[in-house]
Amino acid sequence: MSMDMSEFLEVFFEECSEGLDVMETGLLNLGNGEVDVEEINTIFRAAHSIKGGSATFDMHEIAGFTHVMETLLDQMRSREREVTTAAVDLLLESVDCLREMIDAARDEEPIDEKRVDDLKKRLEVMLENKEEGGGADAASEPEAEAPATESAEGAKKGWVIDFYPQPDILKTGNEPYRLFDELRQLGELNVVCNLNKVPNFKDFDPEQNYLGWRLQLITTVNEQRVRDVFSWIEGDCDISITPLTDEAAASESKASAPAEAEAAPTAQAEAKAETPAPQAAAAEKPAPAAPTAEAEKPAAKKPAKAKKKPSGESGSIRVSIEKIDSLINLVGELIITQSMLSQFTDEFDMSQIESLRDGLSQLTRNSRELQETAMQIRMLPISSSFNRFPRLVRDMSSKLGKKVELVISGESTELDKTVLEKIADPLVHLVRNSLDHGLEMPEKRRELGKPETGTIELKAYHEGGNIVIEVVDDGAGINKERVFQKAVENGIIAPDEKLTDEEINNLIFEPGFSTAEVVSDISGRGVGMDVVRRNINELGGQIYIISEEGKGSTISIRLPLTLAIIDGQLVKVGTETYVIPMLSIDESLQINPKLIKKYKGKIDLYKLRDEYIPVLRLHKIFGLQTDVTNFEDGLLVVVEAERKRVGLFVDELQGQQQVVIKSLEKNFRKVDALSGATILGDGTVALIMDVASLIRQHLLSQGKITNTSLEAA
Amino acid sequence: MQNMTPTDSTAEKNIHINQGTDQYLTFMLAGEEYGLNILNVQEIKGWEGATPIPNTPDHVLGVINLRGTVVPIIDLRNCFGLDKSDFGPTTVVIVVKTRSEDNTERVVGMVVDAVSEVYNLNEAAIENTPSMGTVVSTEYIKGLATVDEKMIILLNINHMIEVEVGKEIAQLPN
Repeated sequence: MSMDMSEFLEVFFEECSEGLDVMETGLLNLGNGEVDVEEINTIFRAAHSIKGGSATFDMHEIAGFTHVMETLLDQMRSREREVTTAAVDLLLESVDCLREMIDAARDEEPIDEKRVDDLKKRLEVMLENKEEGGGADAASEPEAEAPATESAEGAKKGWVIDFYPQPDILKTGNEPYRLFDELRQLGELNVVCNLNKVPNFKDFDPEQNYLGWRLQLITTVNEQRVRDVFSWIEGDCDISITPLTDEAAASESKASAPAEAEAAPTAQAEAKAETPAPQAAAAEKPAPAAPTAEAEKPAAKKPAKAKKKPSGESGSIRVSIEKIDSLINLVGELIITQSMLSQFTDEFDMSQIESLRDGLSQLTRNSRELQETAMQIRMLPISSSFNRFPRLVRDMSSKLGKKVELVISGESTELDKTVLEKIADPLVHLVRNSLDHGLEMPEKRRELGKPETGTIELKAYHEGGNIVIEVVDDGAGINKERVFQKAVENGIIAPDEKLTDEEINNLIFEPGFSTAEVVSDISGRGVGMDVVRRNINELGGQIYIISEEGKGSTISIRLPLTLAIIDGQLVKVGTETYVIPMLSIDESLQINPKLIKKYKGKIDLYKLRDEYIPVLRLHKIFGLQTDVTNFEDGLLVVVEAERKRVGLFVDELQGQQQVVIKSLEKNFRKVDALSGATILGDGTVALIMDVASLIRQHLLSQGKITNTSLEAA
Repeated sequence: MQNMTPTDSTAEKNIHINQGTDQYLTFMLAGEEYGLNILNVQEIKGWEGATPIPNTPDHVLGVINLRGTVVPIIDLRNCFGLDKSDFGPTTVVIVVKTRSEDNTERVVGMVVDAVSEVYNLNEAAIENTPSMGTVVSTEYIKGLATVDEKMIILLNINHMIEVEVGKEIAQLPN
């Protein structure tokens, strides 16, 4: 058994996290009322594969824990138990716990045993409740009975199991020994083998089982739990389980006596510990004290966990076989084209020029298709990011006491894996914000004549070469007056400034801006909207908000499909070519020298319609030699980033083209005002400007001059 | 001289791995011969110009396209504070692949006057850098070796590239 399992481990962990996602989604669907047996089956299957996998890898804690969950699910599946909110809540919590256990196993860290045991016990209590009370939703009844059961069972101290498997049990791959192993995890186990049925040697069939066992299990668990161990082979064996009485125990071998003595106090201690638990677990509306205690625990664990995350996140990617196949097809075509073109190298005369041209255009087409398909491989549906929201909204809305319906659309929209990973946190922040600040309390909504249940919509769709993600809520919208005042207070704008409604709304993305009067633990923790905007800008995207007071807000994020390729405008400064991302360019124009004003004799301002914008001479900023220093000889490219607009003075515009971004940091380091480099058609390197950083850096060096403060000039 | 410690330990490690004998590529710079471990050398190519990068120190000449990878080029004369000289026919770019202490790999080109030889040097033939006081930094020097009466200055290229290319904060204009 010394096979190297490590290469399967990674696959196992991946499958686990997929399984957990399936379970979570399924459980959330269950929570919505209608009970769909197929849904429960899906959850059950996911749990079962995690259990199987973890047992294979000797992760008994995980297997044991999953087993308890599975039992509960099994009862739901077979309609022995009703699906209650309490049960779903407990299962969801268990999914979280399981996730932590698996993460811990992956990072080779110790498991938080206390939490696991605690949850496991609560699950077991819930399992017992059904047995005694006949239904977990009859909250008061099992509550009263649960402790009684415990103490009764505590006195019984265990079970005697007569286990006689059918002769062909071994053929179905069931190994009794494993069952004993599992029983042993429940408590002290004594095994006595019954050899009565073993035939004479000549009649002996090595593939048949002739053995029977009498097992004595000293434990506090209930009968059902013991039965569960045998649930796989229930049809294939005769089994009887009887309580272990004191006399029976005493009459058994002496060896078990000390063990029993040991078991007794533990049983009592456990019974004590469990008594308060059923109230929290079985009650329809959880008592206020219990959930807060639970909520605090994971929160306290968070910071330590968060650090570990990134390492595990971007390891591998699952690609559909379809995509790979089309890629291979294209490579095949490319090779055919190549062999066709290589014919010309041997002997070439002008009569073949036509077919050479054909071949070259085919090559162009092949390589473009190949590029597109290769890009496709990095594309993942956004659902992997959206899927976490039902849970988030569910947890938060119950915490805030708000009623929310989450509508998700366009979850199959695909975007680059890197973008997807980086967009996740900003999205969470936006949804939290909508929930916390956007939506009103049910009572208030009723007063306003809105439906009590608020709606949050998450949408994703393609538009042009971009992907648009929207977070829409029908809540209170932005209070413009308050935002304006706050912005004045914080010195973001002057009190007498005239802004359009849209401009006021977008003030919330300014640094140092928070209107949250009460800092709750859900939002207002310092990660403001400015950070969200910065993250999005770093991805080459834009964010803006449309809001109507009293009716709700829509936050739109516009992102490039991929980070690897952007649309760029090539500009020439001196002898060098620079690339300006098309997304940042507002317009390009010829300069009318009359519209240039000097501010304090240092800064050039250009009157663009009714606005003055600072002019940055790129050749000065980048320290380049050029003959074009007069404004009338060059061109002005008006760029915008982070709500600030400047004109970049360049020598001339060259073509627009898609450029492949090459990292400067990989071999060099991050350079201010540059976001990377690209390789042009002639093989030379051109640098790509980071407009936001350029503007920030420049305005900083020129003192605090923004176009907003100059508008009145 | 506190810089000696990391330099020494790296040298010892290299020697240990290669069981005593290493191959060194040597090049000329202002009349002196310098050597670097040949395992760091990826290729040697002619100087064909580079795209200058704004907001970077003088010794960074720019970046070039090396078969699809953007590779920075540094002027080693400038790094060592030597006089500038025009690039001539023997001027070459040695493309080195280095690994910094935090395990980042970098491919960087260094412009030198000319490449010279490849020597097999035994650990025993490498002498420690003599103390030169505070006037000259010996931070980048791994040791000295003598071949045919010539002195060769062996560079600790991993450390040098990390400092010259990686660590320095870009200088702002003004």
